Amino acid sequence: MKIGLYICHCGRNIADVVDIKNLIGYFKDKVNVVRDHLFMCSEPAWEMIRSDVTNKLVDRVVIAACSPYNHEKFFRSALETAGLSKYLLEIANIREQCSWVHGKNKREATEKAKRLIEAAISKVKTLKPLDDLRFEVERSVLVIGGGIAGMTASLDLAKMGFKVYLVEKEPSVGGKLIKFDKIFPLNDCASCVVSSLMAEVANNPMIELITYAEVEEVDGSFGNFNVKVRKKQTYVDWEKCIGCGACTTVCPPKAWKPNEFDEGLSKRAAMYIVSPQAVPKKAVHDPELCVNCGKKKLGTRRFLRGGKEYLTPCEKACPTKAIDRSKSWNPEGELLNFNVGAIIVATGYKVMEKETFKEYAPHSPNVITALQFERILSPTGPTGGKVLRLSDGKKPKAISFISCVGSRDVRYHTYCSKVCCLYMLKQARLVKEREPEIDVYIHVIDVRAPGKDLEEYYIEARRMGIGVIRGKVGGIEELPNGRLRILGFDADLGMPVEVEVDLVVLATAIELPEDSKELARKIGVAVDPSGFLKEDHPKLRPVESTLSGIFLAGCCQGPKDVSETVAQAKAAAASVASLLSKEEIKVEPFIAKVNEEACSGCGICENVCPFNAIKVNEVAVVDERSCKGCGICASCPAKAIDIQGYSAESIIAEIDALVG
Amino acid sequence: MKIIAFACQWCAYRSADLAGTLKYEYPSSITIIKVPCSGRVETEFILKALAEGADGVFVAGCPKNECHYRKGNFVAELKTSILSNILPEFGLESSRIAFLEVSSSDAKKFVEFARNFDERVRSLGRNPIRRYSHEKD
Repeated sequence: MKIGLYICHCGRNIADVVDIKNLIGYFKDKVNVVRDHLFMCSEPAWEMIRSDVTNKLVDRVVIAACSPYNHEKFFRSALETAGLSKYLLEIANIREQCSWVHGKNKREATEKAKRLIEAAISKVKTLKPLDDLRFEVERSVLVIGGGIAGMTASLDLAKMGFKVYLVEKEPSVGGKLIKFDKIFPLNDCASCVVSSLMAEVANNPMIELITYAEVEEVDGSFGNFNVKVRKKQTYVDWEKCIGCGACTTVCPPKAWKPNEFDEGLSKRAAMYIVSPQAVPKKAVHDPELCVNCGKKKLGTRRFLRGGKEYLTPCEKACPTKAIDRSKSWNPEGELLNFNVGAIIVATGYKVMEKETFKEYAPHSPNVITALQFERILSPTGPTGGKVLRLSDGKKPKAISFISCVGSRDVRYHTYCSKVCCLYMLKQARLVKEREPEIDVYIHVIDVRAPGKDLEEYYIEARRMGIGVIRGKVGGIEELPNGRLRILGFDADLGMPVEVEVDLVVLATAIELPEDSKELARKIGVAVDPSGFLKEDHPKLRPVESTLSGIFLAGCCQGPKDVSETVAQAKAAAASVASLLSKEEIKVEPFIAKVNEEACSGCGICENVCPFNAIKVNEVAVVDERSCKGCGICASCPAKAIDIQGYSAESIIAEIDALVG
Repeated sequence: MKIIAFACQWCAYRSADLAGTLKYEYPSSITIIKVPCSGRVETEFILKALAEGADGVFVAGCPKNECHYRKGNFVAELKTSILSNILPEFGLESSRIAFLEVSSSDAKKFVEFARNFDERVRSLGRNPIRRYSHEKD
């Protein structure tokens, strides 16, 4: 073992405090080669290290310089190009953790530098010549969620040549955005933004669109996930269905229920097509709602007295015979199984229901959520885009918007839902544009409109005569005539205010739906304290989840507007592509290794592993792809697990050098 | 006075680096061993350091809920607190060991802790193990 020690002056950053001559004299006889350089991170110094390795003067390298976070990779490349394992390198941090923090006492700093270098020498002696882990990569991607985030990410990846499986739990893609009329800040048509994407994802040959399906199981790890997706039973032959909607019109009113697409403001039948813009435009049968016309149950045939077969209205109406109720459909649907290299989770959000907020008269049909009002404003909605209240079909004289319902509230969510101020302003402006005589009030704690074009959007709203009242609303009273009295507060006047209106719109908080949390549990992605999916690092890895190979896009990671969602979706797609564009991926080999002879198979490691990377059969087996090398498992009672690069031997060698 | 700090590579080690960049001062008794996660620190490492004569040992990890390995810092804190309860059995003071949670941006917290910990260990005096070995010398 020939150790080379390279001491950096870092200009005067180290040399002014640490006595480098003293260090050279001290280590001269303890290692094979000692050299110093004014800037060890310079090209000539790199060449100096490389030639020492090439000339077989050294086979282990210790560099005493700045923090390993600055140039460790650069120094490793010197070893690698000289044909030595790049992990036979250790850096003694004598700048950030020595000369810069002990500048006032040069003697102490020099002594500490000696100890730090001795620790690095002791450690480098214990290092093994490791190689990077290499994994083959499956060049396909699973995108969960067919909203604007999922569709954008899918299209970007498809354009880069990756096979994409886009899984959506509803029968149609489009997400929440297809429900909207206009979107801020340009008040451009939401449908125009999203419809073209919906058509594109359905027609792109690289995208396999799987709607009305849910991810059931994800196994494996980064580069090679095995995915099981359950395609729910539609009870309609989608191969034959042409989406004409004939079956939906004949379904009897007994089999109707509140329409999810209209946020419960209209009804839909047991035979339904999700929305007029649905992609794929196919009918779905809801067996729970079905009244079994003519007592003809699914999977049975019925003959009339004359021997003629009885057909239900939907069967009769279908021009392509896509509906066949005599067929015994499997209610479990179909299980699809495929492999992907990476996953993007883009499951979106839900808004809180108004029922949670007893103080805001939720029983009144004239108190609605903002998403419901979005449907009222939409030309495809229950009023065809006319501003009407649904309880009596009349045009309201006054409308109040109430913000922060469930957000910025310690009882529910402490975070700000971020988009409410602006969508309330948007809705208020749309009302004013269509019906200028309607009085519009917005009750806010404060208006949050940060960013490009948004403050201007707010100023314009005020100019249009929308009353913005700063103060939290305490409650809403329903008056005998059906009107609603807002009991608010005006912080600018410093006194309570009461406003009587005909319609109240609650900007309820955005949150992660329960089924997304369930999905997160299933695939092992962490949920943060706010209740959204946790990104790996808010600044450096904002689209990566806590699991390698699984990425996040859109509101499942936190509230955001359409622009931010699209930006994040594109970032997620780019991050996926950067990993999957190579034939194989290289990963630092600092992971857990099991000594099979010492392992008793007790299973403690399996329980403590945060990433389910260890399975114990006879002995513990580490999944190299899933292991992140944290080392929690290394507290093995039999000492059968060690962490490569941070082995117990290495750490104890460091302790000995530092204390001894 | 010799103090060993085990610092996780994500938060604690970087907060110490940042302290350097900001030219904050802390006692040179403190030397840092980089570990992937505070959860990597086995109790044996802490005991080994004390047995070799370290006057104090602290384990530093990410703030709660911010561990890059989800729960490593919880494990580390648990281990240190259990160990500090048993230390008196070995004739060592509980306060010779500690756990610190610090974010990578919080150099100030790291430095203040380092200073206080050094003072705390100094008030206890040298590690008795070393005291005896010195007497023998």
